[in-house]
Amino acid sequence: MSRVIIEMHDIYKRFYIGTPNELEIIKGINLQVNEGDFVSIVGASGSGKSTLMNMIGVLDRPTEGEYLLDGIPISKMSDNEMSDVRNRKIGFVFQTFNLIPRSSALKNVELPMLYAGVDGRKRVARAKELLEMVGMGDRMYHLPNELSGGQKQRVAIARALANDPAMILADEPTGALDSTTGRMVMDLFHKVHREDGKTIVLITHNNELAAETDRIVTIRDGRIVSDEPGAGKAAQLCS
Amino acid sequence: MFLKENVLLAVAGLKSNKVRALLTMLGIIIGIGSVIAIVSIGDALTNKVNDTMSSLGANNIVVSVVPRDSQSSWDKVDDSDLLSREQIEKFQQKYANEIENVTLAAGGGSGQVKDGRLYANVSVQGVNEGYQAFKNIKISSGRFLKDRDIDQSRRVAVVSDKLIGKMFKSGVDPLGKEITLYSGDDVSTYMVVGVYKYEQTAMMGMGGTADEDITTAMYVPITVATEHLDNQNYSDFAVKAKSTVDSTAFTKTIQKYFDKLYAGNERYRCDVQNMEDMMTEVNSMMGTISIAVAAIAAIALLVGGIGVMNIMLVSVTERTREIGTRKALGARNSFIRTQFIVESIIICVVGGAIGILFGILLAAIGVHLLGAELTVSIPIIFISVGFSMAIGIFFGYYPANKAAKLDPIEALRYE
Ligand SMILES: Nc1ncnc2c1ncn2[C@@H]1O[C@H](COP(=O)(O)OP(=O)(O)OP(=O)(O)O)[C@@H](O)[C@H]1O
Ligand SMILES: [Mg+2]
Repeated sequence: MSRVIIEMHDIYKRFYIGTPNELEIIKGINLQVNEGDFVSIVGASGSGKSTLMNMIGVLDRPTEGEYLLDGIPISKMSDNEMSDVRNRKIGFVFQTFNLIPRSSALKNVELPMLYAGVDGRKRVARAKELLEMVGMGDRMYHLPNELSGGQKQRVAIARALANDPAMILADEPTGALDSTTGRMVMDLFHKVHREDGKTIVLITHNNELAAETDRIVTIRDGRIVSDEPGAGKAAQLCS
Repeated sequence: MFLKENVLLAVAGLKSNKVRALLTMLGIIIGIGSVIAIVSIGDALTNKVNDTMSSLGANNIVVSVVPRDSQSSWDKVDDSDLLSREQIEKFQQKYANEIENVTLAAGGGSGQVKDGRLYANVSVQGVNEGYQAFKNIKISSGRFLKDRDIDQSRRVAVVSDKLIGKMFKSGVDPLGKEITLYSGDDVSTYMVVGVYKYEQTAMMGMGGTADEDITTAMYVPITVATEHLDNQNYSDFAVKAKSTVDSTAFTKTIQKYFDKLYAGNERYRCDVQNMEDMMTEVNSMMGTISIAVAAIAAIALLVGGIGVMNIMLVSVTERTREIGTRKALGARNSFIRTQFIVESIIICVVGGAIGILFGILLAAIGVHLLGAELTVSIPIIFISVGFSMAIGIFFGYYPANKAAKLDPIEALRYE
């Protein structure tokens, strides 16, 4: 039995607390994810997927409930400790890529390592290696606005992997891409999952892509309404 | 922390929006530039004035005839309003115990000493014997003009070693030789009785004249220099007091003497000033100007600083998403704060540097026009750079802190 990396107990998230328009977006979620799992989260728009993802990614604290990341309770962490956890343990991939506009692809991939205090030469070597891995070795010195959407997302994936984090959180990473490019990006996630054993949590509206993962969690109105194995798991079980 | 990366990032930011960067820096450029320009010009002027005055000596007292009404012009002046040699000599005899010597001088215009194809530019100065001590002229051969040359209006001259070098072959003793002066339509000959050592003065330093064409002073008896002028009397003269005399008190005494002498003259009076008082006056005037400029510069820098703060706030808003992304990638709040403060410092220091160059350029032009020599004070450059940094930190802190405190979720959701 593999190790539990994400462990959430009775998580609630409310906005505008104490005002007449208080909103409860996450309504008591219990979730466990094992190390090395490839989990997809699906659900209607506005159901609270991103809100949940932000809490998993330690960008935000739950209003109520306990979240243990790798066994460590988030509630006791200071802002700086949360920054460091994001830096070392989590790699984010966004729908809108979010590359730093005036920095080259290489500088973008270096950034998490810069914040981690990795020295310059190691940083550059690792960033180049990662860019080669995602197939962007020939575009390292290009600025984001000189890259296509798919290329940007590949750079973003390389950046997410920079500090060799335990898990990758991707919020609709193919949402802004056409199906072919989306396919390439998805293949890259599979590769990272298969070869590096990374835990991946993927939010998607595309049921076909969700079906390829190990496990599909469906959210409706702030609650988990179904949690079933996907084709990835089935393939694993068959082999 | 990450200083190099932050600096590179800030510079890239400035480059990507040059016009905006320049406009932002304008206040800083004007503030720093005006300080550098005025301080440099002020220093140059003070140096020039002090040089001139101290070369004249602090115990020199200048007596000059001036119109009583400062509005009225000099055009109606005639010999009866001016000081005659007899009057000056009488004064000199009365205070023989206090006065070391009296200097008379009159400009005789400029001209050229020519001999065949050889020539040398000169400015003719009519002087008396006292002038040598007054101007501290060093004779290298022969003698300076004597009172008897003046009394007898002898056609003798003391010239510079430069002139001798140009007009005579080396080895030829110029003393007793005749030189011919061409001045306007006048041609006159003088006998060389002395040669003085030419010293380049600070005022001529920036002239840019070729050594060939340099103009040196040629001293002739004052009585000879004024021969062709309308007025034979003197509008001013200088008194060198003995070193034991208190020059301030003696200045007052002289003032009283000439007030009495000019009591009957309705249009003119005598103004008596000693060098020490004049130097103090000039220095205090410079001080006042400096304070005024410092105030203007402070306002320019304040406005500049507010401009920088404004643009930094805009920049924080524009880059909200970037800030959110950086936080998601693990930047601590302090990293974000440093990044924006460094950016603000870079804007101010680049602005300051441009201001320094601009100020030096202005100073060079101003100093050139004033005929003084440019000296750029190194401390003021360091102070300017330091001050620019301080402005960057002070006015960059608030926007940087605002960026640092952004909630990562809000920042990432920002459209
Ligand atoms: N910071 C916030 N302040 C107020 N309301 C918020 C905040 N974040 C999310 N919400 C609300 O919570 C609800 C769920 O938002 P969330 O972004 O989690 O949905 P989602 O499932 O990711 O939707 P989508 O598929 O469209 O991305 C929305 O109604 C949104 O308006
Ligand atoms: Mg979402």
